[in-house]
Amino acid sequence: MLSMRGIGKSFLGVRVLSGIDLDVTAGEVHAVVGENGAGKSTLMKIICGVHAPDEGTIEIDGRPTSFGHPLDAQRSGIAIIYQEFNLLPERTVAENVFLGREPVRRGLVDRTAMEQATERLLDELGEGSFGPREAVKRLSVAQQQVVEIVKALSVNARLVVMDEPSAALAEHEVELLYRLIGRLRERGVAVLYISHRLREVFDLADRVTVLKDGSRVTTHPIGEVTSDELIRLMVGRDLGTYFPPRSSGVGETRLSLRGAGNHKLRGIDLELRSGEIVGVAGLQGSGRSELAKAIFGAEPFTEGEMTPSRPRSVREGVALGIGLVTEDRKAEGLALHQSVRDNALLVARAVGGKDRDGVHDLLERVRLSPPRQDQEVGYLSGGNQQKVVLARWMTMAPRVLLFDEPTRGVDVGAKAAIHDLMRELANDGMAIMMISSELPELIGMSDRIVVLRDGRIAGTLPAGPSEEAIMRLAAAEVVS
Amino acid sequence: MNGIPVAARLREPTQVVFLALLGLIALGWVLVALDGGQFLTMESVVGIQQRSAALGIVAVGQTLAILAGSLDLSVAYLISLTSLVAAEIMAGQDGNIVPAVAAVLALSALVGLVNGLVITRLRVHAFIATLGVALIIRGILDHLYDGPAGKVPESFQVLGYSRIGPVPVSALLWAGVAVVAWFLLSRTRLGYRIYAVGGNEEVARLSGIRTGRIVVLTHVLCSVCAGVAGLLLASRLGAGAPTVGTDGGYDLESIAAVVLGGTALAGGKGGVAGTVGGVLLLAVLDTIFNQLEVNSFVKDVVRGVVIVIAVAVYARRTKGRSA
Amino acid sequence: MKRALPILAVLVVLLAAIAFVNPFFLEPAGFLAFAKRAAPLVILAAGQYFVIVSGEFDLSVGSLVTAEVVIAARLIDGEEPATWPVIALLIVIGLLVGLVNGVVTTKLRVPSFIVTLGMLLVLSGAVFLWSGGAPRGALSEGFRAFGRGGLGPVPWSVLILLAVGAAAIWLMRADFGKTLMVAGDNERAAALSGVRVHRVKIFAFMLSGLAAAVTAILLGGFAGVSAQVGQGLEFSAITAVVLGGVVLGGGRGSVLAAMAGAFTLEALFTLLNLYGISGALEFTVQGVIIIVAVAAGAVRLPWKFTPRKGDAHAAS
Repeated sequence: MLSMRGIGKSFLGVRVLSGIDLDVTAGEVHAVVGENGAGKSTLMKIICGVHAPDEGTIEIDGRPTSFGHPLDAQRSGIAIIYQEFNLLPERTVAENVFLGREPVRRGLVDRTAMEQATERLLDELGEGSFGPREAVKRLSVAQQQVVEIVKALSVNARLVVMDEPSAALAEHEVELLYRLIGRLRERGVAVLYISHRLREVFDLADRVTVLKDGSRVTTHPIGEVTSDELIRLMVGRDLGTYFPPRSSGVGETRLSLRGAGNHKLRGIDLELRSGEIVGVAGLQGSGRSELAKAIFGAEPFTEGEMTPSRPRSVREGVALGIGLVTEDRKAEGLALHQSVRDNALLVARAVGGKDRDGVHDLLERVRLSPPRQDQEVGYLSGGNQQKVVLARWMTMAPRVLLFDEPTRGVDVGAKAAIHDLMRELANDGMAIMMISSELPELIGMSDRIVVLRDGRIAGTLPAGPSEEAIMRLAAAEVVS
Repeated sequence: MNGIPVAARLREPTQVVFLALLGLIALGWVLVALDGGQFLTMESVVGIQQRSAALGIVAVGQTLAILAGSLDLSVAYLISLTSLVAAEIMAGQDGNIVPAVAAVLALSALVGLVNGLVITRLRVHAFIATLGVALIIRGILDHLYDGPAGKVPESFQVLGYSRIGPVPVSALLWAGVAVVAWFLLSRTRLGYRIYAVGGNEEVARLSGIRTGRIVVLTHVLCSVCAGVAGLLLASRLGAGAPTVGTDGGYDLESIAAVVLGGTALAGGKGGVAGTVGGVLLLAVLDTIFNQLEVNSFVKDVVRGVVIVIAVAVYARRTKGRSA
Repeated sequence: MKRALPILAVLVVLLAAIAFVNPFFLEPAGFLAFAKRAAPLVILAAGQYFVIVSGEFDLSVGSLVTAEVVIAARLIDGEEPATWPVIALLIVIGLLVGLVNGVVTTKLRVPSFIVTLGMLLVLSGAVFLWSGGAPRGALSEGFRAFGRGGLGPVPWSVLILLAVGAAAIWLMRADFGKTLMVAGDNERAAALSGVRVHRVKIFAFMLSGLAAAVTAILLGGFAGVSAQVGQGLEFSAITAVVLGGVVLGGGRGSVLAAMAGAFTLEALFTLLNLYGISGALEFTVQGVIIIVAVAAGAVRLPWKFTPRKGDAHAAS
C-alpha cells in the first residue's frame, strides 16, 4: 500500500537520507533496522508527514502523495507510535484517542460516541484493565501504549509505524505488544516496526529492511537472513567481537548490603567487588532502577545495613565514591544545551573536585569522537552522549560505578565501545553493577547476575547463564 | 459519576478552592460577629458580587490563555483603553451604545490577535510579547489622555449599578461570561484543543491540531474578556479612565486568581470553575477586611501570602498523588 | 563572550546613533553620564539574570527597590550617622527577601512566578502599612552620594556597576555559575550529579535581592524618594535580560549579554529622547522594539537551531 522511491533528505546541509526505496504491503509487518544515525527516525518522520523529503516520491495505493503536515499522513491512513508516547496525562483515555478529531454532534463534542468507540476498540484488543474515562496519568506504561495503539486504530490506520515500541516495556509487557501486533495484522493493517532488538524483529516481521548511513542496504524476507547476517549488514562486523573477554580476577569487596530495603526494595543482600561486573536482571517494576538509586543515595535505603555506610543523599553517595549512569540520558543525565566540557565536569564542580584539566584525557579515554570539548551535548549521537556521562563519573575516580541500561538508544558501534570501557574500568579495579533489560548484553558482560523480583533478590546466577534461567527467576510468579 | 472515587475528586484543586471559600466565609462570619457586626448582609453580598465582576471577567479570559500554556500581561492597559474608547464613542448618547460596544469588542479582538500572532508567528515568549503590547498600549494612552474622558449615558450605567433582586447585573454578566467559557472548554472542540495545546504542544501538533491557531484564538478571547471588563468599568465610572486598569492591577491579579483557582501556570490543567472560586475567595477576603475596617495595605499582604500558600498546597497534593 | 556578540553589536549601533545626534556623548563626561543613568537597571538585570538562567522568574524586584528606598528614607530621616547601618540593613533585607523567594520556590515547589508575585504584593502592602501610606523621612547626603556623587570625574554608581559586573562574570565562570546553568537546563540531571539544586537556586534569588538592594541605594540618590521609584522595574529588568538573548526557561545565555541588554534598553530610552519622541509615545516605541528584537533573536541564526525533542537524530 505504501511505496517510496528515491527518498532523500538533508538537514542544514548534512545529508541524512539518500535514495531510499521502501515498499510496505497490507497486512505485513515490515521491520526497519539500522544503527542510530542510520536514518531510521528521519525516514519515519517523512512517512508520517513531520518532515517533507527533499527528493523522491511517496505513493499510497499507487497514487502520488505529499504530506505537508502530520494530519495529511493521518488522513491517508498512516499512524505513528513514537518512542516517547504522545499522550496528555491530564486527559482521559477517550479524549486522548480522539485528540484533534473529536466527534461532533450539533456543534458540540459528542462524549458518548467518543467513549463508546474507545470502549469498543479496547474490547477488540482484549484490554479490560481500564476504561475510556480513566485519566491517562493513572495508567502504566504498557497501558499507555495500548492507548496509543487504540488511537492508531481509531483513525482506521492501514499503516502503523512503531518506533522502538518495546523500549519502555518489561518482558511480559512485550508479549502483550506481540499480541496487539498480531491483531493488527489480522485486520490487514501493515506495521512498520523499528527496533534495536533483533529478537523481536525475528519474532514479528515478515520482511526486514536494513538502513546504513542514510541508505538502504537491502530488504529481505525474514526467513532468508540470520541474526548474524543482519548485524553484519548494519555495521559490517561479526557477532563474535561483540563482548570483551570476562574478568581475570575479582578483588576486595567495595560495597556490601545486608537486609537493605526501602519503599520498593526488601531484604537486599549484595556484594560488589573490585574487578567484577555484576549484572542485574528483572522485569519492569521489579525494583532494578530503584536498587541503583538506593545504593547511590538518590532514593535512599531506609532499613538494613550498607558498608562502608548507607548514603542518605546523592552527595553522600558521591562522597562514598559511588557513581550512577542513569537510564534516561535526556531526562536525568545531560544538560543538553551545555558543552561537552561543562557536562563532563558537572560532578567535579558539584562536589568541589579539584582536577579540571584531566577531563581532556578522560574524553579521549572514553573514545569520544571527535573529542571536542566546546560542542553542545545536544548535538551528539546517543553513543557519544553516553560517553560524556561516563567521563563525568570518571573525573571522580569512583570505587563503585552503577550503570542503568548503559546502551539503551546507543548504536551498535558505540555499544561495543562502551562495553569495552566498562570491562576496562573493572580490570582497573572498579566495582561495577549493570542493570540491563537486554538479556544478551547481561549474559555477555556479567561475571555474576542478580535477578530481582518484586523488590527482592530472587536468585543469583554465575557467569554465562541461559536466557531461560534468568527469565525463570525473574518471572516465577507469572509461570506458576 | 465518571468512576473516580469521591476522595480523589476532593483532591482536585477546584474542590479545594471551594472548600477554602466556604471555610473563609465561616471564618469571616465568626470574626465579624466577634467584632459586633453582621457578615454576609444583603449589602455585603452585593458588594462581593460587584467587586468580583470586573476581575472575574478578566480572570475567565486569562484562564483560557493560561490553559493554552500562554499568559496575558496586557489586559490591564487594554481595560483602560477600552473604557476610554467606549466612553468617548458613547459621548453620553444612548444611540451610540451599540457602535461603542462593537468598537470595543473589535478593538480588543484586534489586540488579542496581535498578542497571539506575535507569540505564535514571531515566536516571542508570551511574557515578553504581551508585556511589549502592554507598553505599546500604555504609550498610546499616555499620549492621548491625561485623565478621564468621554461620557457614558445613564442607560448604560445600568450595567454597573442595577440589580435584579439581590443579583447585580454586572454579576450576571460575569456569570454569563464564565458559563460560556466553561461550555467552550468542556463541550467544544476548541476547548479540548486548548487543553491539548497547553498540556503538550508537541503532542497536540502531532495530532493534527493547528496549535498556533488555538493560541491566537485564546488570546483573542482573553482580550475580548478584558474589553468587556473595560465596558463594565466605564459604565460604573460614567466615563473612561486611563488608569482604571492598572489601578485595579488586573494583569497580575487576574493571573493570581487563576492559579488560586487551581489552574496550572504551565497550562493544560484546571478550568473556569476554579477561577470563579479563586476570584470569589479574593473578594470575600476583601469584604472581611472592609467589614473589620482593617488597613487596606494589610489586604495586599494577606492576599500575597494566601496565593503563595494555595499554590504550595496544590503542589503538595500533586506530589502526593504521583508518588 | 561569543554569545554576547549580537546584543553588543546592537548596542554599538545604538550608541553610534546617539553620538551622531549628540557629539557630547563621545566625550568621557557624556558617556559617563549615560553609564551613571544606566547603572541601576544594569545591576538589577545582572541579578535577574541569575534567577532567569536557573529557570525561574523574580517579579518582586521592583517593589523590593521601592520598599528599600522607603525604608531608607524613614530610618535615616536625614541623619548622617545612620547612613552606613541603614545601608547594611538594606542589603540584609534584600538578601532575606531573596532567601524567602528561593526557599518557597524550591522547598514548597510553588512556581517562582507566583512566589515572587506574592512577594510583590506583600512587600508593597507591608511597606506602606509601615510607613502609613506615603513615604516619609529623608535620605542623608552620604546616602545620596552613591547615586549622585563620584570619585573625581567617575560617578560612584559607575564604579559600583563595574564591581558588580566583574563579580557577576566571575560568579558565572566559577563552579556556582556552571552548576546554576546546568540546574536551569536540566534540574534532575544536576541533582543526580550531586548538585545542590535548591541551594544554588536560593543563592540565585538572594543575588537578585542583593542586586535590588544595590539598585535601591543608587536610585534613592539618583531619583529621590517616592512610592513609584521601583515601579515596573521588574519588567524592565526581565526585558533587558531577554533582550540580551537569555532564554526564559533557563540554561542559556550569558550574564555579560544580559547586562548589555540593560545598556541597550537604556540607550534606546536616550535615543528616543534625543529624537524628540514624546515621553508618552516612548513606551509604544519601546514595546515595539522589544518585540521586534526578541522576535529577531528567535528567528536568527538558522544554522544553529536549538535541538528540540526528537531533533537530535536529525542533527547528528
